[in-house]
Amino acid sequence: MNVAIIKYNAGNIRSVDFALRRLGVTARITDDFDVIRKADKVIFPGVGEAATTMKYLKEKAMDTLIASLEQPVLGICLGMQLMCRWSEENDTPCIGIFDEPVTRFPPGLKVPHMGWNNLHRVRGQLFEGDLQGAYVYFVHSYYVPVCEYTLAETQYMVPFSAAIRKGNFYATQFHPEKSGDPGQRILSNFLNV
Amino acid sequence: MLAKRIIPCLDIRDGKTVKGIRFENVVDVGDPVELGARYAVDGADELVYLDITATHEGRKLFADLVERIAAHLNIPFTVGGGIRDVGDAGVLLSAGADKVSVNSSAVRDPGLIDRIAGEFGTQFLVVAIDARNEKGGWTVYVNGGRIPTEKELFSWAREAQERGAGEILFTSMNHDGTKNGFACDALRELSSALTIPVIASGGAGEMQHFLEVFRDGHADAALAASIFHYNEIPVPVLKEYLRKNNITVR
Repeated sequence: MNVAIIKYNAGNIRSVDFALRRLGVTARITDDFDVIRKADKVIFPGVGEAATTMKYLKEKAMDTLIASLEQPVLGICLGMQLMCRWSEENDTPCIGIFDEPVTRFPPGLKVPHMGWNNLHRVRGQLFEGDLQGAYVYFVHSYYVPVCEYTLAETQYMVPFSAAIRKGNFYATQFHPEKSGDPGQRILSNFLNV
Repeated sequence: MLAKRIIPCLDIRDGKTVKGIRFENVVDVGDPVELGARYAVDGADELVYLDITATHEGRKLFADLVERIAAHLNIPFTVGGGIRDVGDAGVLLSAGADKVSVNSSAVRDPGLIDRIAGEFGTQFLVVAIDARNEKGGWTVYVNGGRIPTEKELFSWAREAQERGAGEILFTSMNHDGTKNGFACDALRELSSALTIPVIASGGAGEMQHFLEVFRDGHADAALAASIFHYNEIPVPVLKEYLRKNNITVR
């Protein structure tokens, strides 16, 4: 299988690469548009700040590239947030695949929401294999609300989207590459969609 | 529900695991990658690797080690020790580290926190603070607890948060190595003063100490080294104990 991991200015790119290797898949880490367009699966990882990252993606026209992809695409963490319409993080217009806002957690509990939390109301192929209630690893201060695209929910002050899907675009707020066995299962499920 | 985290900490010198007892007299306790993998299987929620190497050669070994750790572990890990600029943090991110921790270098150059957080996001940055309770106040120390500073624990922690720390890792030097329990009072105060997660460190000796640090110290995570390395408290046994005492753990 031909998997491309989108290379850009920030992101935990190596972690995703290593996780795929543990599943027996060697991915291409690349910013080459042709390679990305021709891949069977594309992963858009992310750790970082929304405005800086969007600026970089726009300069390289990677925002329009990502929106135009037709094969299965998996956005992770910041990748998921950038695939939405807008982020409250530095008032940043994003790629807009999912017509949803990304908002900051309200005051109350500690932010970032950091650590292991459960998945609820999971559905779809991404969560095949007894993943209801599974613990996965989150690190984020902003979230996508529960919406028509939600594939899994997690509760932290408010219920929010742990994963979303629209057509060929999949995204997880948690880091499957860092989420132990459940995470490996979810990545493997994505490779099989 | 968000689970309380159990974090074994591995001190690394020249690519090997060591544990300082009261910050001195280091003893070798095993291969860092092997130990990390064992902890991951055992249910550790996260790992911290601290490079205590002073030499240039040792630091290069550490970056290589970070890459091997990242290749093997499917849980998050933080690396720290000797990070003095954004470039150092970037090398470790590229090697596969999930977070970096800064300690003395941030005390000397607080703008380092702004720069690392600005470049890689606040979630990538843990600010570690070693402090000793003396004459009624908590004095921040640098250089592995050897040099006292003018800074005070609570104000420094708040400043670090404002500058962009994603988490605070607080080690009580009064408690570290004693195995008499964590600094629960100071931790509770710290936790209520901050809006970011607090990792408690220093003093773990019995399972009850972990219950206390979560229930009374309001810590979000608890870090320990020797009790895990010498298998005095296996992680699965600790988690079962916490679960029975109504602490949410994975």
